[in-house]
Amino acid sequence: MATAVQTVERENYLNSNYGIKSWLLTTDHKRIAVLYLISITAMFWLGGFFAMMIRLELLTPAGDLVSSDTYNKLFTMHGIIMVFFFLIPAVPAVIGNFVVPLMVGAKDMAFPRVNLLSWYLYMAGAITALTAMVTGGVDTGWTFYTPFSTTYSNTHVIGAAIGIFIAGFSSILTGLNFIVTIHRMRAPGLTWRRLPLFCWSNYAAAIIMVLGTPVIAITLLLVALERAFHIGIFDPRLGGDPILFQHLFWFYSHPAVYLMILPGMGVISEIVACFSRKRVFGYEFVALASIAIAVFGFLVWAHHMFVAGISVYAALVFSLLSYLVAIPSAVKVFNWTATMYKGSISYNTPMLYAFGFIGLFTVGGLTGIFLASLGIDVHVHDTYFVIAHFHYVMVGGGVMAYMAGLHFWWPKMTGKMYPEAWAKLSALLVFVGFNTTFFPQFILGYMGSPRRYHAYPPEFQVLNVLSTAGASILAVGYVLPMIYFLWSLRYGKDAGPNPWNATGLEWMTSSPPPTHNFDETPVVTWEAYDYEHQPQEEITVGH
Amino acid sequence: MATSDIGDIQVAERALQHHFADMEQQRDTSSFGMWMFLLTEIMFFGGLFCAYLVYRASYYHAFVEGSQKMNITLGATNTAVLICSSLTMALGVRAAQMGKPKLMVILLLITIVFGFGFLGIKAVEYHEHWVNHEFPGPSFHFETGDPAHPATDPQHTEIYFSLYWAMTGLHALHMVIGIGLVAWLVIAGLMGAYTPHYYNPVENVGLYWHFVDLVWIYLFPMLYLISKKHGG
Repeated sequence: MATAVQTVERENYLNSNYGIKSWLLTTDHKRIAVLYLISITAMFWLGGFFAMMIRLELLTPAGDLVSSDTYNKLFTMHGIIMVFFFLIPAVPAVIGNFVVPLMVGAKDMAFPRVNLLSWYLYMAGAITALTAMVTGGVDTGWTFYTPFSTTYSNTHVIGAAIGIFIAGFSSILTGLNFIVTIHRMRAPGLTWRRLPLFCWSNYAAAIIMVLGTPVIAITLLLVALERAFHIGIFDPRLGGDPILFQHLFWFYSHPAVYLMILPGMGVISEIVACFSRKRVFGYEFVALASIAIAVFGFLVWAHHMFVAGISVYAALVFSLLSYLVAIPSAVKVFNWTATMYKGSISYNTPMLYAFGFIGLFTVGGLTGIFLASLGIDVHVHDTYFVIAHFHYVMVGGGVMAYMAGLHFWWPKMTGKMYPEAWAKLSALLVFVGFNTTFFPQFILGYMGSPRRYHAYPPEFQVLNVLSTAGASILAVGYVLPMIYFLWSLRYGKDAGPNPWNATGLEWMTSSPPPTHNFDETPVVTWEAYDYEHQPQEEITVGH
Repeated sequence: MATSDIGDIQVAERALQHHFADMEQQRDTSSFGMWMFLLTEIMFFGGLFCAYLVYRASYYHAFVEGSQKMNITLGATNTAVLICSSLTMALGVRAAQMGKPKLMVILLLITIVFGFGFLGIKAVEYHEHWVNHEFPGPSFHFETGDPAHPATDPQHTEIYFSLYWAMTGLHALHMVIGIGLVAWLVIAGLMGAYTPHYYNPVENVGLYWHFVDLVWIYLFPMLYLISKKHGG
């Protein structure tokens, strides 16, 4: 397979036709993935810019760089952009869109036009939300808690809510497309038990997209209606119940955090198997753990509301249910490490990111157990401990996995290798920068520093300076890949169809793949991650 | 018959999209996709149903008073209209399946007429509520009509009306979209797009139409028939 000679002139999805129209009206899942890649990267930089402003403000104890109103807007816009316009679509819409149809041996997603529609909805939602931000911003926090958001805030809540509402439909359609594609478009012989774990985890994430997103859509619609017409659903002055808002909001937004991490877990499964040259240990358990996380994820939402005034018995039940999520998560972590055990490991960039993911996700997950316990949660609620916890999961987990996946499939997407040495350096910078940024926040939070203030007591300055310094390192770690990925488009070495000598149908077609993915529909007669029977060749490219 | 069969199959082949192996896979896929979409719709309405249940439990008497203002005759008529429209829709799908495009077009046109009938009656009801100040907001005005329970708070009845407008409004929006979809089927049907080998758009729009009807089947008792006895 690896010896197949690939001519440079071979037609692929990138050179099959040209012009702006051929991109904006494409129904090819690979081109749509590239459209998503560009737009999501832009949103990432914008959200990162807001994060940098936050960190710069917190360099000194006094609130001197921006006013408290501006600070409120900064963290709100950072949250909205990063959650709804980066983390949720990142792995599924970019990597999933590109890779899932290839992995299942299909010519395209089940509904190619719906796929394109979901990109347009994403763009419409992003532009609406950005308009709200440019014309004055939002200051409610990304959670839109009522009655502040519906009555008291004087900012552009309706615009931001409608932007998220529209982007939500993009997410719903993407999820629907994944579920139907994985059910109906698999190549002959590709049974569920032979399905790559990346497909399983995207399937689990798609369940959350399909079942959860409509609920946040209707909830934000009610917020907008209440703001516009004072209908009194959530406003206690009119007899409404603000806790109901929190229930409806977290019914989606808690599963949504699993929606951000699950596809990333799929990426890690692929990479750990490939760079350990072994079948994923306990394949069935890892696959079903994804589904279990999606299902349990729907039963734990009220752990965000322990101090919001829910009954102590409800809190007790939700606390216990939240512990349950630790089981499938731990199954995954243990099985990845067991996969590596006695494997022949190579330390390429995707694997470095995977190592980072496993370590940081474990820290993020374990601190999640702290927060699920009622006693500790009351103590650290609304402090930097919570911030550090979810950044360990979402940035240390989600973004690391996204970076891992981009490096892993970049050769497939573009046909070019990125420069390995630079990539390793940037992976290291990301890991060091990330920990320097967020570990001090665990301590800050434990000592009682509350979130969402632009000033703080002077004794917290050392840890805050450390955190800001780490954020600068992290920024360099993210800028570097941007540069060398673009560089590689022109100067990168040709990747060949399978630079990692990996299993999986996506590596059996040329890089970049032709528009129809496969010249003949593949017939699958082997298990996923059949590395034992894969020709034992060194990974030749990239050293 | 044989020649028309060949013609049908040719229509079907043109309708086969490039990424499917055969018509069967395409049909399965599209109807599975539609069912998934309806699942998201259930969750979408589910948020409102959840809010309704919470407030109905909290402010039962206020909700009863609000529901007294509903015009049950019009509501019941509309329920009947929608059920009839579902029947003509189902027969329309059947006609498409049996290869009777003209009959299908007629049945779908009747469905559209029923759809407009529903929206017209709904508009009359909306107008009544509007002129009676039963629209939430600054102009909302509600006098408790039940001396036995003077304690009910007009604000709580306002929540009832907020939910009434939000739920029936969202339902009406779905009806408008549905009418548009059926109209599209009629145009495509007149152009001979559907044959017994290829009629999944008709089937899918039918599913959507039945779903929207079903939502109303729940909305009608929940909003109109809470309790005819005062205080229940």
